[in-house]
Formats: sequence, structure tokens, C-alpha cells
Amino acid sequence: MTAFQAGAEYGDGRREESHGHGHAGALFNHTDPASKRIIVGYGFWIFLLSDIIMFSAFFATYAVLSGETAGGPSGRDLFDLHNVAIETACLLLSSFTCGLAAIGARAHQNLMYYGGMAATGVLGLGFLAIEIHEFVGMIAQGAGPTRSAFLSAFFTLVGCHGVHVTLGLLWLLTMIAQVFAKGYRADILRRVLCFALFWHTLDIIWVAIFTVVYLFGAGA
Amino acid sequence: MSSMEDYEPLHGSDHAPGDEPVGRHEIAEGVVGYLIGLGLAILLTAVSFFIAGTSLVWHPSIPIALVVLAIAQIGVHLVFFLHITTGPDNVNNVLALAFGVLIVFLIIVGSLWIMYNMNQNMGPMTVPMG
Repeated sequence: MTAFQAGAEYGDGRREESHGHGHAGALFNHTDPASKRIIVGYGFWIFLLSDIIMFSAFFATYAVLSGETAGGPSGRDLFDLHNVAIETACLLLSSFTCGLAAIGARAHQNLMYYGGMAATGVLGLGFLAIEIHEFVGMIAQGAGPTRSAFLSAFFTLVGCHGVHVTLGLLWLLTMIAQVFAKGYRADILRRVLCFALFWHTLDIIWVAIFTVVYLFGAGA
Repeated sequence: MSSMEDYEPLHGSDHAPGDEPVGRHEIAEGVVGYLIGLGLAILLTAVSFFIAGTSLVWHPSIPIALVVLAIAQIGVHLVFFLHITTGPDNVNNVLALAFGVLIVFLIIVGSLWIMYNMNQNMGPMTVPMG
């Protein structure tokens, strides 16, 4: 493997952890402790999966209650697919620019990292602005979360995703500031990795939301 | 170089989710990967939005088509953006994902099944609206 061959170039420094743990080393090549980047990434992946499981409960609630409009407006009356398409484009492009920023961080390329992060932040803000505008408009026409079980489930599910995007934007600003202040240090880069995973996961949840909530609600 | 020591696994045996599945590779190669993912995701999204509003296809098939397209797009995101692949260095990440998918499936299908069954058995509600 490429990584194995490239390993020689790092010399002894990175092998210090492996001493004293090699009981089965003759049989298996996997007894060395994994690097901290792998452990941190894996742990954060477990967190993201549990976050997805939390969202699945909101999705199940929404799916059960989506028809219970209590005589109020349904998704067909409320949803504007034009706005949803713009929101989707914002998040999808921001996932791409976030990937560019992750590559830039790995390669220590300032332009790619800061440019990618800035673009991700602007696109995320655009998404949030459209979503808040949609929520305010719905509440203004009497379709707030207290109107029906359908709207309660809608605001819980989509609002929870919006809260995640808001927290992600705060995290994004933090990562820009930390790389700016401390440079591309290993511990900072692990946080950039976790941030990128978080942002991509938000986009995955949005795919489920625009399908189940908006396209099912407005069209099918 | 010291800040880079975190990147490569000791024996190429594992990868953090989100890290590229090959060794240190070039920027252009990484960008191409994200571009392919972006292209596929845009295509699947566009088809979803088109199908939802069209009268060209048989109407009852639309929800199924939308679900299939969404699952395909989630797969594209997992592979091209989160770099969860089937490689031998990704087994831990895939197993965790498989367990997560199992729980998600149980929660969603279980809830829908139980609530549908209860709706059937309880019959129409005749309590007058206050």
C-alpha cells in the first residue's frame, strides 16, 4: 500500500507508541495503536451516527403526523419548492467547498483553506437566511408550530437541522480563527477533520429532509 | 513535518472517516473526487425535483422513485464527501455505519408500522372538536 511505503519517510518518531504492545505482532500487523487522527475521527463518526439516529426519531414523528393538519394548511399549501431548490443548492455547494477546505488544510494551502471555509460560511448563511425567511413567513400566516401536529413535527425536524447548521457556522468561524492563530498543527487539523465530517453529515440529513418533507409534501 | 505525523496510519491499516483512502495524494486528485461527487449529487437532486413535479411518470411510482433517488444521493455523499468506502482499511467505519443504519431503520419502520396498525384498529375518531 502507498501509505505503508510512505511510512518509511517519517522515521522513528511516529513509532514510539508501538513499543511494548506487540504480543501478537508476529501474527498480525494491526496491533499498533491507531494514530490519534484515526481515533478522533472514528469517535466523531460514532457521535454523528448517534446524531443521525436522533434525527431518525424526528423523521419517524414527522412521517406519522404529516397528515394530521387539524383543518389547517398542509404542505401543499405552504411549501415553495423554488426556495427549497435554492436551499439545496446552497448546502450542496457548501459541502463541496468544505471538501476543498479540508484538502487545503491537509496540504497547508492558505488560499484553498481560507477560501473554501469562507465560501462554506457564506453558502451556509444563505441557507439559514432562506430558511428563517420561510419560517417567519409561515408563522406570519398563522401556520406556526402550534397550529397542528403536522406543523409541530415540521418545525421540530427542520428547525433541529437549522440549529445544527447554526452551530456548524459558529464552529466554522472558530476553525478559521484557530488555524489563523495557531497554524496547521496536528490537533487543529483533527478539529478541521471533525468539522468537515459534521458539515457533510448535515448535507446528508438535508437530502432526507428535502425528499421526505418538501418533495413528498408539495408534489407527490 | 512534525505536524504531518498524524496523517498516515502506522501500517496503512485504518483510516479516519473523511480521510482519503489512499496515502498522501495530490491536491488535484482530491479535488477531482469532490467534483465527481458534486456532479453526481447535483444530477440526483435535479432528477428528484423534476420527478416530484412532473406528470410524465405514473403517479403512484413517484414516492418510491424519490426514496430511491434520496438513498442513492446519500450513498454518493458517503463515498465522495465522507470517504466511507468498502476498502479493507475502512471496515470499522462501515460497521459503525451499518449499525447506525440498522437503528435508523428500526426506529422509522417500527414507528410507521405501529402507528399505522393503531390507526387501523382504533377506527375513526368521533369525538367532536371543542
